Amino acid sequence: MMEEAILRGEKLKKYFSFKKSFLSWQKEVIRAVDGVSFEVGKKEILGLVGESGCGKTTLGRLILRLIEPTEGKILFDGVDVTSLNHRELKKMRRKMQIVYQDPYESLNPRMTIYELLREPIRVHKITMDADEAIEQMLEAVGLTPVENFLRKYPHELSGGQRQRCALARVLVLRPIFIVADEPVSMLDVSIRTGIIELLMKLRKDFDISFLFITHDLAVARHICDRIATMYLGKIIESGFKNEIFDTPLHPYTQALLDAVPEFGLKFKHHRIQKIKDVVTSPTSPIPGCRFHPRCPYAEEICRKEEPQLIEAKKAHFVACHEWDKIRIEF
Amino acid sequence: MGLLQIHNLKVYYSTLRGKVKAVDGISFDLEKNEIFGLVGESGCGKSTAMLSILGLLPPGGKIVGGKILFEGEDLARKNEAEMKSIRWKKISMVPQASMNALNPVVRVRNQIVEAILAHESIAKTDAVERAEELLDMVGIARSRASSYPFEYSGGMKQRAIMAMALACSPNIVIADEPTTALDVIVQAKVIDLIIDLQKKLNFSILWVTHDLSLISAICDRVCIMYAGKVVEVGDAQSVFTNPLCKYTQLLIQSIPTVKETKNLVHIPGAAPDLVNPPVGCRFHPRCPYAEEICRKEEPQLIETKKRHYAACYSVK
Repeated sequence: MMEEAILRGEKLKKYFSFKKSFLSWQKEVIRAVDGVSFEVGKKEILGLVGESGCGKTTLGRLILRLIEPTEGKILFDGVDVTSLNHRELKKMRRKMQIVYQDPYESLNPRMTIYELLREPIRVHKITMDADEAIEQMLEAVGLTPVENFLRKYPHELSGGQRQRCALARVLVLRPIFIVADEPVSMLDVSIRTGIIELLMKLRKDFDISFLFITHDLAVARHICDRIATMYLGKIIESGFKNEIFDTPLHPYTQALLDAVPEFGLKFKHHRIQKIKDVVTSPTSPIPGCRFHPRCPYAEEICRKEEPQLIEAKKAHFVACHEWDKIRIEF
Repeated sequence: MGLLQIHNLKVYYSTLRGKVKAVDGISFDLEKNEIFGLVGESGCGKSTAMLSILGLLPPGGKIVGGKILFEGEDLARKNEAEMKSIRWKKISMVPQASMNALNPVVRVRNQIVEAILAHESIAKTDAVERAEELLDMVGIARSRASSYPFEYSGGMKQRAIMAMALACSPNIVIADEPTTALDVIVQAKVIDLIIDLQKKLNFSILWVTHDLSLISAICDRVCIMYAGKVVEVGDAQSVFTNPLCKYTQLLIQSIPTVKETKNLVHIPGAAPDLVNPPVGCRFHPRCPYAEEICRKEEPQLIETKKRHYAACYSVK
């Protein structure tokens, strides 16, 4: 266990249930997050990677209690977030914030930049010199000269500038933890780098920890300290980024890394072809290891018993029965 | 002699703010049996260029100049009826969000049959046979051919679309970011399939994407666009190992990789407004190396090395 964890999730679960069909009484359950435990250290950027539908966004929203967890605990700064009432939660949310993927949707088009940044200060009833704080934050995110931006509307900004504005909006509250949900995936490469660098600078200047949710492994490698890979609602591997990227232990992580087109390298993936393409229904739980229907190394035990996350190497956790038997040919 | 020659193509959109010069005088050739990458960031005009080749420009968009030469004919001057005989039969397309490209209430095989019968006069039983062969070729078993799209995974839908694009043995397949909506593992498998098919069936692919890493991994030749202009064209190997334009160089340095952590370069500013593009080189307001001449005169695309063209004053 980490000594200085700012955030700790314990056996978090989120099940969404809905009616099987319009006229049915039967309920079906989607296990979006199914027993996830993790920690984010002080000033750490934890990368949560995985494919679409693996539950990474749900997990991000659970942490802030934007949706209620079905089970499990979230300890933030020593306080159990799951037990807070509405008022306490609002107070807590000042310290934990979220930045969304799409800066075109997350900013109210009818508000100027000044109004957008003023709003969180008003909502949280913070007594401070608002104008000074707003100017300071706009400067911190690189929207300078500040006077030029205060009266602009979001539609007058480029994608990169909007994302900077979304960040400034969060920063005026002086949070110590931010969930960044794919903050750069909507942006062009030439602009993306600027935002990545900004996030790293903010971590240093304001001592902020991040949960960085992304499907882009190259971006994760660049920005994160540690990585957790999710697959169908579970964390299946976690560790320091160099460990994960250089010697991945789980066959799924290996396949993910293998599948990313690398700049300047010719494309040929014999190993990827072994990963089966199966249609999995999110409502019917898979017995044993969740990855076994697609896994080329699956054995009898994988079909029956669910693997636990174990510390395979120092600070490198993996949930796979066969991890020490798989030959890695990188 | 290229299979498809784009010569000084200009496509403008009329909007309330004025003419948007989305594509402003681009030229490139697509050769036989090659995978040609058309790359650029959003708003650079790559999709507009692609749509004008197919004659599918949205309302308001118009080809105002230049030529699109295919088999000795200028596609830019063809009317809709004439384009119909070329589209799909000679030049087909794999759309971007292909999961949504299939009709949800028609069996996949029947959709391909429909595409074949719309363009060729053959018996229906032959068309069905061909559809099943095509699906088999892209790795979908005959037993799954009569399924509905919702019974397919994302990768299978993409394969089915590929089969449909190849239904009439076209010379050119235009792929518009065909794999961006897929997860990486599935994406890798589909790309492998497309490359294999291209080698086997000898058609050319015009691959339109913003993903430079992907393009560098699969293309024979590549064309880099910025703000409605072509800035660099050449063999992928040559362009990516030895980029000549400052824009290409900076772009390549801004891509993170999974193999190592490197220092990334950040290009300041944002892409220009194409109603009033900058005078001179369109990249000059963002270019840290811009000189006096870049602000005044537009650089021309010149052959700097064998088959490697660049439009930048820094190239000597």
